[in-house]
Amino acid sequence: MLNGKKVIAIGERDGVPGPVIAECLEGAGLEVVFQVTECFV
Amino acid sequence: MVESAKPSYIGIEGVFYSLTHAPDLVRYGSKPSRELRANTTLEQRLKNQLRSFSAATAYAPHQVYIGNITPAELGNLSKPWYDNLPQGALPKGRFGDIVDQESLYGLLGQADQFNLVTVSERWFWDRMTKPPESKQLRLKSFAEIESLCHKGALPLYSDEKLVGCIEAGHAEDVNLSADVLLENLAAKATAAHALKSLLSALKMDPNHVDFLISCSEEAIGDRYNRGGGNLAKAIAEQVGCENASGSDVKAFCAGPLYAMIHGASLIQSGVCNRVAVVAGGSLAKLGMKFESHLKKGMPILEDVLGSFAVILSAAKTGEPCIRLDSAAFHPVRAGASPQAMAEYLAEKALAKLGMKLTDVDRYAVELHNPEITVPSGSGDVPRTNYLTLAALAVMRGQIKKDQMEDFVRARGMVGYAPTQGHIPSAGVYLGHALDALRNNEIKNALFISKGSLFLGRMTQLSDGCSFLVEKSEK
Repeated sequence: MLNGKKVIAIGERDGVPGPVIAECLEGAGLEVVFQVTECFV
Repeated sequence: MVESAKPSYIGIEGVFYSLTHAPDLVRYGSKPSRELRANTTLEQRLKNQLRSFSAATAYAPHQVYIGNITPAELGNLSKPWYDNLPQGALPKGRFGDIVDQESLYGLLGQADQFNLVTVSERWFWDRMTKPPESKQLRLKSFAEIESLCHKGALPLYSDEKLVGCIEAGHAEDVNLSADVLLENLAAKATAAHALKSLLSALKMDPNHVDFLISCSEEAIGDRYNRGGGNLAKAIAEQVGCENASGSDVKAFCAGPLYAMIHGASLIQSGVCNRVAVVAGGSLAKLGMKFESHLKKGMPILEDVLGSFAVILSAAKTGEPCIRLDSAAFHPVRAGASPQAMAEYLAEKALAKLGMKLTDVDRYAVELHNPEITVPSGSGDVPRTNYLTLAALAVMRGQIKKDQMEDFVRARGMVGYAPTQGHIPSAGVYLGHALDALRNNEIKNALFISKGSLFLGRMTQLSDGCSFLVEKSEK
Protein backbone atom coordinates (compact mmCIF):
# COMPACT_ATOMS: atom_id res chain seq x y z
CA MET A 1 0.00 0.00 0.00
CA LEU A 2 2.82 2.42 0.86
CA ASN A 3 5.32 1.13 -1.70
CA GLY A 4 6.57 3.89 -4.01
CA LYS A 5 4.85 6.73 -2.11
CA LYS A 6 6.78 9.90 -1.52
CA VAL A 7 7.19 11.05 2.07
CA ILE A 8 8.58 13.95 4.11
CA ALA A 9 10.01 12.85 7.48
CA ILE A 10 10.25 15.39 10.29
CA GLY A 11 12.00 14.12 13.40
CA GLU A 12 12.08 15.71 16.83
CA ARG A 13 15.02 16.12 19.16
CA ASP A 14 13.37 14.46 22.19
CA GLY A 15 11.55 11.92 20.05
CA VAL A 16 12.63 10.04 16.94
CA PRO A 17 15.36 11.71 14.81
CA GLY A 18 14.63 12.39 11.13
CA PRO A 19 17.29 9.97 9.74
CA VAL A 20 15.83 7.11 11.80
CA ILE A 21 12.31 7.75 10.47
CA ALA A 22 13.72 7.97 6.95
CA GLU A 23 15.57 4.66 7.25
CA CYS A 24 12.47 2.85 8.50
CA LEU A 25 10.30 4.30 5.75
CA GLU A 26 12.81 3.53 3.02
CA GLY A 27 12.95 -0.04 4.31
CA ALA A 28 9.18 -0.19 3.88
CA GLY A 29 9.51 0.87 0.24
CA LEU A 30 8.71 4.58 0.51
CA GLU A 31 10.70 7.31 -1.17
CA VAL A 32 11.90 9.89 1.37
CA VAL A 33 12.12 13.19 -0.53
CA PHE A 34 13.11 15.24 2.52
CA GLN A 35 14.06 14.47 6.08
CA VAL A 36 15.06 16.73 8.92
CA THR A 37 15.32 16.74 12.70
CA GLU A 38 14.03 19.84 14.43
CA CYS A 39 14.19 21.27 17.92
CA PHE A 40 10.92 22.95 18.84
CA VAL A 41 12.14 24.64 22.00
CA MET B 1 36.62 9.20 29.44
CA VAL B 2 39.19 8.48 32.11
CA GLU B 3 37.89 6.45 35.02
CA SER B 4 39.16 7.53 38.40
CA ALA B 5 39.01 5.59 41.63
CA LYS B 6 39.13 8.78 43.69
CA PRO B 7 36.32 11.38 43.62
CA SER B 8 37.45 14.79 42.43
CA TYR B 9 35.36 17.65 43.79
CA ILE B 10 35.18 21.24 42.57
CA GLY B 11 33.43 23.77 44.78
CA ILE B 12 30.44 25.88 43.76
CA GLU B 13 30.88 29.22 45.54
CA GLY B 14 27.59 30.66 44.40
CA VAL B 15 25.00 31.08 41.66
CA PHE B 16 22.85 33.96 40.49
CA TYR B 17 19.92 33.76 38.08
CA SER B 18 18.41 36.82 36.45
CA LEU B 19 15.39 37.43 34.25
CA THR B 20 15.03 40.66 32.31
CA HIS B 21 11.49 41.61 31.36
CA ALA B 22 11.63 43.00 27.81
CA PRO B 23 8.08 43.24 26.40
CA ASP B 24 8.98 45.89 23.83
CA LEU B 25 11.78 43.72 22.47
CA VAL B 26 9.50 40.72 21.82
CA ARG B 27 8.84 42.15 18.35
CA TYR B 28 12.57 41.71 17.61
CA GLY B 29 12.59 38.00 18.45
CA SER B 30 13.29 35.87 15.39
CA LYS B 31 9.78 34.45 15.03
CA PRO B 32 7.79 37.64 15.78
CA SER B 33 9.98 39.79 13.52
CA ARG B 34 9.36 37.43 10.59
CA GLU B 35 5.63 36.98 11.22
CA LEU B 36 4.97 40.66 11.88
CA ARG B 37 6.58 41.55 8.56
CA ALA B 38 4.34 39.04 6.79
CA ASN B 39 1.13 40.02 8.63
CA THR B 40 1.01 43.55 10.02
CA THR B 41 -2.34 42.93 11.78
CA LEU B 42 -0.51 40.66 14.21
CA GLU B 43 1.37 43.56 15.76
CA GLN B 44 -1.56 45.01 17.69
CA ARG B 45 -2.71 41.55 18.81
CA LEU B 46 0.81 40.88 20.08
CA LYS B 47 0.93 44.19 21.96
CA ASN B 48 -2.46 43.48 23.57
CA GLN B 49 -1.17 40.23 25.08
CA LEU B 50 2.12 41.52 26.52
CA ARG B 51 2.48 41.35 30.30
CA SER B 52 3.25 44.12 32.78
CA PHE B 53 6.44 43.93 34.86
CA SER B 54 4.41 43.12 37.98
CA ALA B 55 2.64 40.22 36.20
CA ALA B 56 5.96 38.89 34.89
CA THR B 57 7.48 39.22 38.38
CA ALA B 58 4.62 37.41 40.11
CA TYR B 59 4.54 34.61 37.53
CA ALA B 60 5.28 31.53 39.66
CA PRO B 61 7.83 29.89 37.30
CA HIS B 62 9.85 33.14 37.42
CA GLN B 63 9.71 33.09 41.21
CA VAL B 64 11.14 29.55 41.07
CA TYR B 65 13.89 30.75 38.71
CA ILE B 66 15.08 33.38 41.18
CA GLY B 67 14.75 31.11 44.20
CA ASN B 68 11.65 32.33 46.05
CA ILE B 69 9.57 29.19 45.33
CA THR B 70 10.92 25.65 45.02
CA PRO B 71 10.15 23.48 41.97
CA ALA B 72 8.19 21.13 44.27
CA GLU B 73 6.04 24.03 45.48
CA LEU B 74 5.40 25.09 41.88
CA GLY B 75 4.09 21.59 41.13
CA ASN B 76 1.42 22.09 43.78
CA LEU B 77 0.22 25.50 42.54
CA SER B 78 -3.00 25.88 40.54
CA LYS B 79 -2.74 26.20 36.76
CA PRO B 80 -2.70 28.12 34.57
CA TRP B 81 0.15 29.77 36.43
CA TYR B 82 -0.30 33.00 34.45
CA ASP B 83 -3.82 33.36 35.88
CA ASN B 84 -2.88 32.35 39.42
CA LEU B 85 -0.22 34.86 40.40
CA PRO B 86 1.12 34.51 43.95
CA GLN B 87 0.48 37.55 46.16
CA GLY B 88 3.37 39.69 47.34
CA ALA B 89 5.90 38.38 44.84
CA LEU B 90 9.15 40.34 44.79
CA PRO B 91 11.66 40.91 41.98
CA LYS B 92 14.50 39.98 44.38
CA GLY B 93 14.98 36.30 45.07
CA ARG B 94 17.11 34.05 47.26
CA PHE B 95 19.59 33.67 44.41
CA GLY B 96 18.33 35.87 41.61
CA ASP B 97 16.38 38.89 40.45
CA ILE B 98 13.97 40.16 37.83
CA VAL B 99 15.03 43.31 36.00
CA ASP B 100 12.65 45.72 34.28
CA GLN B 101 12.96 46.96 30.72
CA GLU B 102 13.98 50.50 31.65
CA SER B 103 16.94 49.13 33.56
CA LEU B 104 17.79 46.89 30.60
CA TYR B 105 18.06 49.92 28.31
CA GLY B 106 20.46 51.45 30.82
CA LEU B 107 22.47 48.21 30.94
CA LEU B 108 22.60 48.06 27.12
CA GLY B 109 23.92 51.61 27.01
CA GLN B 110 26.57 50.83 29.61
CA ALA B 111 27.64 47.70 27.74
CA ASP B 112 28.01 49.60 24.44
CA GLN B 113 31.55 50.88 23.78
CA PHE B 114 30.92 52.01 20.19
CA ASN B 115 28.24 54.71 20.64
CA LEU B 116 25.59 52.57 19.00
CA VAL B 117 22.90 52.71 21.69
CA THR B 118 21.14 56.04 22.15
CA VAL B 119 18.59 56.80 24.85
CA SER B 120 16.16 59.71 24.93
CA GLU B 121 17.54 62.38 27.23
CA ARG B 122 14.14 63.40 28.55
CA TRP B 123 12.97 59.81 29.07
CA PHE B 124 16.20 59.03 30.91
CA TRP B 125 16.01 61.95 33.33
CA ASP B 126 12.31 61.26 34.00
CA ARG B 127 13.06 57.76 35.18
CA MET B 128 16.63 57.13 36.21
CA THR B 129 17.55 57.92 39.76
CA LYS B 130 21.31 57.51 39.48
CA PRO B 131 22.82 60.55 37.72
CA PRO B 132 26.31 58.93 37.53
CA GLU B 133 24.85 56.36 35.12
CA SER B 134 24.22 59.10 32.56
CA LYS B 135 27.97 59.41 32.01
CA GLN B 136 27.99 55.93 30.53
CA LEU B 137 25.00 56.54 28.26
CA ARG B 138 24.63 58.34 24.96
CA LEU B 139 21.71 60.69 25.51
CA LYS B 140 20.03 62.56 22.66
CA SER B 141 16.85 64.51 22.02
CA PHE B 142 13.74 62.78 20.73
CA ALA B 143 14.14 64.53 17.35
CA GLU B 144 17.69 63.24 16.99
CA ILE B 145 16.56 59.70 17.81
CA GLU B 146 13.76 59.94 15.25
CA SER B 147 16.31 61.08 12.69
CA LEU B 148 18.62 58.14 13.47
CA CYS B 149 15.69 55.73 13.07
CA HIS B 150 14.84 57.25 9.67
CA LYS B 151 18.45 56.55 8.68
CA GLY B 152 18.07 52.87 9.61
CA ALA B 153 18.66 52.60 13.35
CA LEU B 154 16.50 50.04 15.17
CA PRO B 155 13.97 51.80 17.44
CA LEU B 156 13.79 50.99 21.16
CA TYR B 157 10.32 51.41 22.67
CA SER B 158 8.88 51.68 26.15
CA ASP B 159 5.12 51.21 26.42
CA GLU B 160 5.06 51.63 22.65
CA LYS B 161 6.74 55.07 22.83
CA LEU B 162 10.05 55.65 21.09
CA VAL B 163 12.69 56.13 23.79
CA GLY B 164 15.94 55.20 22.06
CA CYS B 165 17.58 53.32 19.23
CA ILE B 166 20.52 51.16 18.28
CA GLU B 167 22.56 51.78 15.14
CA ALA B 168 24.38 49.32 12.91
CA GLY B 169 28.10 48.84 13.54
CA HIS B 170 28.89 48.76 9.81
CA ALA B 171 27.08 50.02 6.72
CA GLU B 172 27.29 46.74 4.77
CA ASP B 173 28.21 43.89 7.11
CA VAL B 174 25.02 41.98 8.07
CA ASN B 175 26.88 40.50 11.05
CA LEU B 176 27.11 44.01 12.49
CA SER B 177 23.57 45.13 11.64
CA ALA B 178 21.55 46.84 14.37
CA ASP B 179 19.34 43.81 15.08
CA VAL B 180 22.34 41.46 15.39
CA LEU B 181 24.21 43.88 17.64
CA LEU B 182 21.10 44.26 19.81
CA GLU B 183 21.08 40.48 20.30
CA ASN B 184 24.79 40.46 21.10
CA LEU B 185 24.64 43.43 23.47
CA ALA B 186 21.59 41.95 25.24
CA ALA B 187 23.58 38.77 25.89
CA LYS B 188 26.59 40.76 27.12
CA ALA B 189 24.57 43.12 29.33
CA THR B 190 22.38 40.45 30.96
CA ALA B 191 25.30 38.08 31.61
CA ALA B 192 27.34 40.95 33.08
CA HIS B 193 24.42 41.87 35.33
CA ALA B 194 24.15 38.28 36.60
CA LEU B 195 27.87 38.04 37.38
CA LYS B 196 28.00 41.49 38.98
CA SER B 197 25.03 40.58 41.18
CA LEU B 198 26.65 37.28 42.17
CA LEU B 199 29.93 38.96 43.11
CA SER B 200 27.98 41.48 45.15
CA ALA B 201 25.97 38.75 46.92
CA LEU B 202 29.19 36.88 47.75
CA LYS B 203 30.95 40.15 48.73
CA MET B 204 33.71 39.05 46.37
CA ASP B 205 36.24 41.35 44.71
CA PRO B 206 35.93 41.02 40.89
CA ASN B 207 39.72 40.98 40.76
CA HIS B 208 39.69 37.61 42.50
CA VAL B 209 38.15 35.90 39.44
CA ASP B 210 40.83 34.34 37.19
CA PHE B 211 38.83 33.32 34.19
CA LEU B 212 35.37 33.64 32.64
CA ILE B 213 33.66 31.14 30.37
CA SER B 214 30.62 32.35 28.46
CA CYS B 215 28.17 29.76 27.16
CA SER B 216 25.90 32.35 25.55
CA GLU B 217 24.78 31.29 22.07
CA GLU B 218 25.18 34.50 20.07
CA ALA B 219 27.57 34.53 17.10
CA ILE B 220 29.76 37.52 17.97
CA GLY B 221 31.89 38.61 15.03
CA ASP B 222 32.07 40.34 11.67
CA ARG B 223 31.68 39.01 8.13
CA TYR B 224 35.13 37.46 8.07
CA ASN B 225 34.76 35.91 11.53
CA ARG B 226 31.08 35.12 12.00
CA GLY B 227 30.81 33.65 15.49
CA GLY B 228 34.46 34.50 16.26
CA GLY B 229 33.37 34.99 19.83
CA ASN B 230 34.98 35.57 23.18
CA LEU B 231 32.02 37.36 24.61
CA ALA B 232 33.42 36.11 27.92
CA LYS B 233 36.26 38.63 27.91
CA ALA B 234 33.90 41.49 27.06
CA ILE B 235 31.74 40.46 30.04
CA ALA B 236 34.83 40.23 32.28
CA GLU B 237 35.74 43.80 31.34
CA GLN B 238 32.17 45.01 31.88
CA VAL B 239 32.07 43.51 35.38
CA GLY B 240 35.51 44.81 36.34
CA CYS B 241 37.32 41.46 36.50
CA GLU B 242 40.58 43.21 35.67
CA ASN B 243 42.78 40.19 36.36
CA ALA B 244 40.69 37.76 34.35
CA SER B 245 40.67 36.65 30.77
CA GLY B 246 38.05 34.43 29.24
CA SER B 247 36.80 32.37 26.34
CA ASP B 248 33.53 30.94 25.09
CA VAL B 249 32.28 27.37 25.21
CA LYS B 250 29.45 26.74 22.78
CA ALA B 251 27.41 23.60 22.22
CA PHE B 252 23.86 24.84 21.66
CA CYS B 253 21.77 24.09 24.77
CA ALA B 254 24.47 21.78 26.16
CA GLY B 255 26.83 24.77 26.46
CA PRO B 256 26.31 25.59 30.16
CA LEU B 257 27.24 22.13 31.45
CA TYR B 258 30.21 21.90 29.08
CA ALA B 259 31.29 25.33 30.35
CA MET B 260 31.06 24.13 33.96
CA ILE B 261 33.05 20.97 33.14
CA HIS B 262 35.70 23.11 31.41
CA GLY B 263 35.78 25.55 34.32
CA ALA B 264 36.02 22.74 36.88
CA SER B 265 38.84 21.17 34.84
CA LEU B 266 40.80 24.45 34.82
CA ILE B 267 40.61 24.45 38.62
CA GLN B 268 41.35 20.73 39.01
CA SER B 269 44.44 21.09 36.80
CA GLY B 270 45.71 24.06 38.81
CA VAL B 271 45.55 26.45 35.85
CA CYS B 272 43.01 28.69 37.64
CA ASN B 273 41.85 29.24 41.20
CA ARG B 274 38.44 30.71 40.50
CA VAL B 275 36.36 30.49 37.30
CA ALA B 276 33.06 32.22 36.54
CA VAL B 277 30.67 30.58 34.09
CA VAL B 278 28.25 33.10 32.59
CA ALA B 279 25.26 32.90 30.26
CA GLY B 280 23.47 35.85 28.68
CA GLY B 281 19.91 36.08 27.43
CA SER B 282 18.76 35.02 23.98
CA LEU B 283 16.86 37.88 22.35
CA ALA B 284 16.24 35.81 19.19
CA LYS B 285 14.06 33.45 21.23
CA LEU B 286 11.70 36.09 22.59
CA GLY B 287 8.12 35.37 21.46
CA MET B 288 9.16 32.14 19.71
CA LYS B 289 5.72 30.60 20.34
CA PHE B 290 3.70 33.81 20.41
CA GLU B 291 1.26 32.66 17.72
CA SER B 292 0.14 29.68 19.80
CA HIS B 293 -0.19 31.89 22.85
CA LEU B 294 -2.31 34.38 20.87
CA LYS B 295 -4.53 31.60 19.54
CA LYS B 296 -5.14 30.31 23.07
CA GLY B 297 -5.80 33.81 24.47
CA MET B 298 -2.75 33.55 26.72
CA PRO B 299 -0.29 36.29 27.64
CA ILE B 300 2.96 36.29 25.66
CA LEU B 301 4.99 34.23 28.11
CA GLU B 302 8.29 34.46 26.24
CA ASP B 303 8.91 38.07 27.25
CA VAL B 304 12.01 37.63 29.42
CA LEU B 305 15.72 37.27 28.76
CA GLY B 306 17.32 34.69 31.03
CA SER B 307 20.87 34.86 32.33
CA PHE B 308 22.96 33.31 35.07
CA ALA B 309 26.41 33.22 36.63
CA VAL B 310 28.16 30.46 38.58
CA ILE B 311 31.48 30.77 40.39
CA LEU B 312 33.63 27.66 40.77
CA SER B 313 36.70 27.24 42.97
CA ALA B 314 38.43 24.66 45.17
CA ALA B 315 36.10 22.37 47.09
CA LYS B 316 35.29 22.96 50.74
CA THR B 317 34.73 19.91 52.89
CA GLY B 318 31.07 19.02 53.31
CA GLU B 319 29.89 21.65 50.81
CA PRO B 320 28.01 20.95 47.53
CA CYS B 321 30.43 20.32 44.68
CA ILE B 322 30.63 19.27 41.07
CA ARG B 323 31.99 15.75 41.04
CA LEU B 324 34.34 16.15 38.09
CA ASP B 325 35.11 12.43 37.82
CA SER B 326 31.41 11.88 37.06
CA ALA B 327 31.50 14.05 33.93
CA ALA B 328 30.17 12.20 30.90
CA PHE B 329 29.88 13.09 27.23
CA HIS B 330 27.71 11.79 24.43
CA PRO B 331 30.14 10.10 21.99
CA VAL B 332 29.73 10.20 18.21
CA ARG B 333 29.12 6.45 18.07
CA ALA B 334 26.09 6.73 20.39
CA GLY B 335 23.72 8.00 17.68
CA ALA B 336 20.97 10.51 18.24
CA SER B 337 18.15 8.56 19.91
CA PRO B 338 16.87 9.72 23.32
CA GLN B 339 17.52 6.23 24.71
CA ALA B 340 21.20 6.36 23.70
CA MET B 341 21.42 9.82 25.24
CA ALA B 342 20.04 8.51 28.55
CA GLU B 343 22.34 5.49 28.46
CA TYR B 344 25.50 7.53 27.99
CA LEU B 345 24.67 10.58 30.10
CA ALA B 346 22.94 8.79 32.99
CA GLU B 347 23.35 5.01 33.09
CA LYS B 348 27.00 4.71 31.97
CA ALA B 349 27.99 7.91 33.76
CA LEU B 350 26.63 6.53 37.02
CA ALA B 351 27.99 3.03 36.43
CA LYS B 352 31.57 4.32 36.47
CA LEU B 353 30.85 5.64 39.99
CA GLY B 354 29.31 2.30 40.99
CA MET B 355 25.81 3.80 40.99
CA LYS B 356 22.48 2.85 39.45
CA LEU B 357 19.77 5.14 38.04
CA THR B 358 17.83 4.70 41.29
CA ASP B 359 20.79 5.95 43.34
CA VAL B 360 20.20 9.52 42.10
CA ASP B 361 17.82 11.56 44.24
CA ARG B 362 17.13 14.29 41.71
CA TYR B 363 17.65 14.58 37.96
CA ALA B 364 18.02 18.03 36.42
CA VAL B 365 17.19 17.84 32.71
CA GLU B 366 16.11 20.57 30.30
CA LEU B 367 13.61 22.38 32.48
CA HIS B 368 11.48 24.21 29.91
CA ASN B 369 8.28 25.63 31.36
CA PRO B 370 5.51 23.37 29.97
CA GLU B 371 2.99 26.21 30.13
CA ILE B 372 5.00 27.80 27.28
CA THR B 373 5.66 24.68 25.19
CA VAL B 374 2.51 22.53 25.52
CA PRO B 375 0.11 25.03 23.86
CA SER B 376 2.27 25.05 20.74
CA GLY B 377 2.40 21.25 20.51
CA SER B 378 6.02 21.02 21.63
CA GLY B 379 5.11 18.85 24.61
CA ASP B 380 6.29 18.80 28.19
CA VAL B 381 10.05 18.55 27.65
CA PRO B 382 11.15 17.72 31.22
CA ARG B 383 8.46 15.06 31.60
CA THR B 384 9.47 13.44 28.28
CA ASN B 385 13.07 13.30 29.48
CA TYR B 386 12.09 11.92 32.90
CA LEU B 387 9.97 9.22 31.27
CA THR B 388 12.94 8.20 29.10
CA LEU B 389 15.09 7.84 32.24
CA ALA B 390 12.32 5.91 34.01
CA ALA B 391 11.86 3.61 31.00
CA LEU B 392 15.61 2.91 31.03
CA ALA B 393 15.38 2.04 34.73
CA VAL B 394 12.55 -0.39 33.88
CA MET B 395 14.59 -1.97 31.06
CA ARG B 396 17.50 -2.50 33.46
CA GLY B 397 15.23 -4.05 36.10
CA GLN B 398 15.86 -1.24 38.62
CA ILE B 399 12.15 -0.39 38.92
CA LYS B 400 8.93 -2.03 37.75
CA LYS B 401 6.89 -0.60 34.89
CA ASP B 402 4.10 0.50 37.24
CA GLN B 403 6.69 2.49 39.24
CA MET B 404 7.58 4.82 36.37
CA GLU B 405 5.30 7.64 37.54
CA ASP B 406 6.74 7.33 41.07
CA PHE B 407 10.25 7.58 39.59
CA VAL B 408 9.29 10.76 37.67
CA ARG B 409 7.55 12.31 40.69
CA ALA B 410 10.29 11.51 43.22
CA ARG B 411 13.38 12.19 41.10
CA GLY B 412 12.10 14.80 38.67
CA MET B 413 10.43 18.18 38.84
CA VAL B 414 8.13 20.42 36.80
CA GLY B 415 9.81 22.72 34.30
CA TYR B 416 9.99 26.41 35.13
CA ALA B 417 12.62 27.98 32.87
CA PRO B 418 11.82 30.33 29.98
CA THR B 419 12.49 28.88 26.51
CA GLN B 420 15.82 30.68 26.21
CA GLY B 421 17.88 27.90 24.56
CA HIS B 422 20.86 27.24 26.80
CA ILE B 423 19.21 28.78 29.89
CA PRO B 424 16.73 25.93 30.70
CA SER B 425 19.43 23.34 30.22
CA ALA B 426 19.78 21.69 33.64
CA GLY B 427 22.15 24.32 35.10
CA VAL B 428 19.09 26.38 35.93
CA TYR B 429 18.46 23.97 38.84
CA LEU B 430 21.87 24.45 40.46
CA GLY B 431 20.64 27.12 42.92
CA HIS B 432 17.84 24.91 44.22
CA ALA B 433 20.19 21.90 44.23
CA LEU B 434 22.62 23.74 46.54
CA ASP B 435 19.73 24.50 48.93
CA ALA B 436 18.38 20.94 48.83
CA LEU B 437 21.86 19.44 49.43
CA ARG B 438 22.64 21.81 52.32
CA ASN B 439 19.22 21.06 53.87
CA ASN B 440 19.85 17.33 53.44
CA GLU B 441 16.67 16.98 51.34
CA ILE B 442 18.70 15.17 48.70
CA LYS B 443 22.12 13.56 48.73
CA ASN B 444 22.89 14.14 45.06
CA ALA B 445 21.60 15.49 41.75
CA LEU B 446 22.57 14.46 38.23
CA PHE B 447 22.66 17.31 35.72
CA ILE B 448 22.00 16.31 32.09
CA SER B 449 22.06 18.68 29.13
CA LYS B 450 21.37 18.15 25.45
CA GLY B 451 22.30 20.13 22.36
CA SER B 452 20.59 20.10 18.96
CA LEU B 453 23.70 20.14 16.78
CA PHE B 454 21.68 19.25 13.66
CA LEU B 455 20.18 22.77 13.66
CA GLY B 456 23.45 24.13 12.23
CA ARG B 457 23.34 21.65 9.30
CA MET B 458 26.90 20.44 9.91
CA THR B 459 25.92 17.04 11.31
CA GLN B 460 22.79 15.00 11.95
CA LEU B 461 24.01 14.32 15.49
CA SER B 462 22.66 15.46 18.82
CA ASP B 463 24.96 16.07 21.73
CA GLY B 464 25.00 16.20 25.49
CA CYS B 465 26.97 16.00 28.69
CA SER B 466 26.31 15.40 32.36
CA PHE B 467 27.79 15.51 35.85
CA LEU B 468 26.82 14.71 39.42
CA VAL B 469 26.56 17.34 42.16
CA GLU B 470 26.91 16.23 45.77
CA LYS B 471 28.59 17.28 49.01
CA SER B 472 32.30 16.67 49.13
CA GLU B 473 33.40 13.87 51.42
CA LYS B 474 34.63 14.79 54.86
